[in-house]
Amino acid sequence: MTAPVAWDGPAGNVLPVVTAPATVLSTVGDEVDPADPAIVQLAADLVATMKVSPGCVGLAAPQVGVGAQIFAVDVTGHPKAATVHGAFVLCNAKIIEASRWKAGREGCMSVPDLTGDVKRAGRIVVSAMLPGSGEAVEITTDAFEARALQHEIDHCAGKLFLDRVAGAHAIYQRKVYL
Amino acid sequence: MHELAITVIGPDRTGIVADVAEALAGVGANLTDSTMTRLRGHFTMTLICTGPTVDEATDALSTLGDVVTSVRSVAPESDKSDDGDPYVVSVHGADRLGIVSAVTRVVAAAGGNITDLSTRLTGTLYVIIAEVDLPSGSADELAEQLAVAAAELGVEVTLRRAESEIL
Repeated sequence: MTAPVAWDGPAGNVLPVVTAPATVLSTVGDEVDPADPAIVQLAADLVATMKVSPGCVGLAAPQVGVGAQIFAVDVTGHPKAATVHGAFVLCNAKIIEASRWKAGREGCMSVPDLTGDVKRAGRIVVSAMLPGSGEAVEITTDAFEARALQHEIDHCAGKLFLDRVAGAHAIYQRKVYL
Repeated sequence: MHELAITVIGPDRTGIVADVAEALAGVGANLTDSTMTRLRGHFTMTLICTGPTVDEATDALSTLGDVVTSVRSVAPESDKSDDGDPYVVSVHGADRLGIVSAVTRVVAAAGGNITDLSTRLTGTLYVIIAEVDLPSGSADELAEQLAVAAAELGVEVTLRRAESEIL
């Protein structure tokens, strides 16, 4: 099922991105009311900040200093993407199915100097609410979009990829700065 | 700030890391980057720390009876390398003399900078995994050269991009 989830809300403001160590990145985000105008504004700000950040394919509220369960994703055009839902924002997202686990090396705008090997599901089903309408959606996706969603849902739960690295020798100095 | 480079090697036992870390913490040593692993039953630590003098750190570690230690002062270095593409070299095959030497010489000749490398010998199987920064565009040629070296050594080698996805 491909739900129509694309973001078509107002223009947002570009916010500064928080980097680790920062308490907000390790705090479980609060569930949000998707109809709250402040949340719709935050959704717009996340999209705006994601779009101006080179190579950024996802941004969660804790990364802009807000401990809330809302994030933006857009993997459009990424070579490792298969299923693509465009730019969208999800509130209170939960993974309800996960399969096809695969290790991959990932990095994060909030941990700018390191990457790490992290196992992620290659196919997931996520339930969430859309900002504004509050419509409940279920998104089935795979490949890179699935990885991005898991990474952002982790942010909303106060987890960084560092909390999931495969082993003591599975973190690396990041070489490529976008 | 001046930095100390410390190595500690000893028979592996439960608590060895805690003992070393506690001894160093006791003289105000702030551990920065470190790697600690078991090599054929020897516990080995290599670390950079700041804080104490060489003598203070040496004295602190001398209370640990069963380890060999070295402490020296080093000048701070930048560990950022902004150029080069990250690759992983894997080598495996029957153990013989000179595998590491031959493979790393090929990598060096191609301008590749090895940033991390582990080897393991289990039975007769020898394994090398190396992280390498390569000059842009040099990977295909290096792969061919590694294949030639591997054929001479009778081992298998693969060179692959260490792709990381920034999310």
